Amino acid sequence: MDNRENKVMLQLENVNKYFFRYTQDEQWAVRNLNLKISEGQFVTVVGSNGAGKTTLLNLISGSYLPDSGKIMINGEDVTNLPAYRRAPYIGRVFQNTFQGTAPSLTIEENLSLAYLKGKRKGLRPAINDEVKKFFQEKLADVGLGLEKRLRERVGLLSGGQRQALALVMATFGHPKILLLDEHTANLDPKTGEKIMELTNKLIEENTLTALMVTHNLQSALSFGDRTLMMDEGEIVLDLVGEERKKMTIEELLERFSELRHKKFTEDRALLSS
Amino acid sequence: MFGILALGVFITFRCLDFPDLTVDGSYPLGAAVFAVMIYHGFGAGWAMLAAFLAGALAGAFTGFLHTFSRIPALLSGILTMTCLYSINLRIMGRPNISLSENLGHRTIFVILRDWFPEVPEAYLRLAFLLVLIVGIKLLLDFFLGTEIGLSIRATGDNETLVESQGVNPDSMKLIGVSVSNALVAFSGAMFAQHQGFVDVNMGIGMVVSGLASVIVGEVLMRGKTIFVMTLQVIVGSIVYRLATAVALNWGYNIGFKPYDLKLFTGLIVIIILSYPAVQERFSRRARTKQNG
Repeated sequence: MDNRENKVMLQLENVNKYFFRYTQDEQWAVRNLNLKISEGQFVTVVGSNGAGKTTLLNLISGSYLPDSGKIMINGEDVTNLPAYRRAPYIGRVFQNTFQGTAPSLTIEENLSLAYLKGKRKGLRPAINDEVKKFFQEKLADVGLGLEKRLRERVGLLSGGQRQALALVMATFGHPKILLLDEHTANLDPKTGEKIMELTNKLIEENTLTALMVTHNLQSALSFGDRTLMMDEGEIVLDLVGEERKKMTIEELLERFSELRHKKFTEDRALLSS
Repeated sequence: MFGILALGVFITFRCLDFPDLTVDGSYPLGAAVFAVMIYHGFGAGWAMLAAFLAGALAGAFTGFLHTFSRIPALLSGILTMTCLYSINLRIMGRPNISLSENLGHRTIFVILRDWFPEVPEAYLRLAFLLVLIVGIKLLLDFFLGTEIGLSIRATGDNETLVESQGVNPDSMKLIGVSVSNALVAFSGAMFAQHQGFVDVNMGIGMVVSGLASVIVGEVLMRGKTIFVMTLQVIVGSIVYRLATAVALNWGYNIGFKPYDLKLFTGLIVIIILSYPAVQERFSRRARTKQNG
């Protein structure tokens, strides 16, 4: 391991999040969560429905603010920063393929939006020849032919193409942390695979720190270098190194029922295993 | 003239997806501020600038109600519009004001006539308004293509995305609604000069006629680039005005009165907006018939 891995990029300390607090429907969605992710780590997160995976991502991105605890990105306390103030540190791709892009804007306009992230916006034209060339290069790397369609509206693209575009947008400007929220779940298996490959490529090329929520236990184990399993708002299993390499899906499910005295309930995960 | 108003309505309804009813109040606001400035001896240019800024302020107030107090967009607009009714009366001091050259009020049209005395006034007005609307259209095209403009359009499209790209969607709404109402107030000031008077009730139904222009334009022309979309709005507003003029003339002969106009404007918008839903229902019925 190189020493980059020692620097902590993301840290959560005793983070708690409730929904409908002080009502009958109160849900303790994230419970006393502690997590440290080093720079350059690619962490995958699995867990049954309602385990708190997406809530965790929303807490990191600032879409939700925690009820207690502390969140630090690259050593900076961001606990109470609203989402748009944290955005410069974070790249995010969503499960819904319409969420990561603006459908009625063109490809170049979408890219420009991501390109301008964290910069002060003024009355300069958002698109010029220079950035256009940059966009074309970036899209050519993806290999979907999108670089020739810069002026087309994103709503006309397929789900896979939109997701690829969202990925490119999310990795612009080298975010401190890349959040992937089941970003291949709404795609057909073949496209999903391609997007997964692209994800891996972008993370490696840019040496990004990433956190990926997935329903697919196989990709959770085969991609990245660390796997977290969540249940009822807690991290119940944290796999790295040799232990993770030897882990199979069957063993993972077994470990889960041993730990939690119940079965891992996730139809989609079982189907895809 | 109404093209400017329609462009304002276009920003909120199409770019921001923010149904803004402030327009009915900011339109007479622009006219009122203009008239009062003229009465106090300011030049037409300053008076129009003041009208523009007053409109922006009204828009900002609606935007503030919506983004800070979290009042729904429609209600925010209605509240501002209601407040503006009293404010407009306060500004004007009475329900209507006339602008007359005899009183020494030099409107932009009077100034132009003095510059080009040989051109007939009707043509001069038309030419000036054409130049003005094209200028505003191009400026707006430019604005919507800038970094801020792009962020505004993206906010109406996908707020989550905008947020995750480090832009505060609330600020974008505030800016968008302000620019929109500034244009509307400016168009009110232009109308006041054209008509030679200001009436506190002149704003009633302006949102709907602006919206009608936007929709008519979209029906008449296809295209989704900003250049084409703003052109659609202008063409739409011209066609809409022509149509109402014809309708007023013709309608008079078959027993309709000018005051029926707003009813028909409303009906036109209703028909166009309902068209997709009605069509869907009919095609579904046709399909079930075929299958049954």
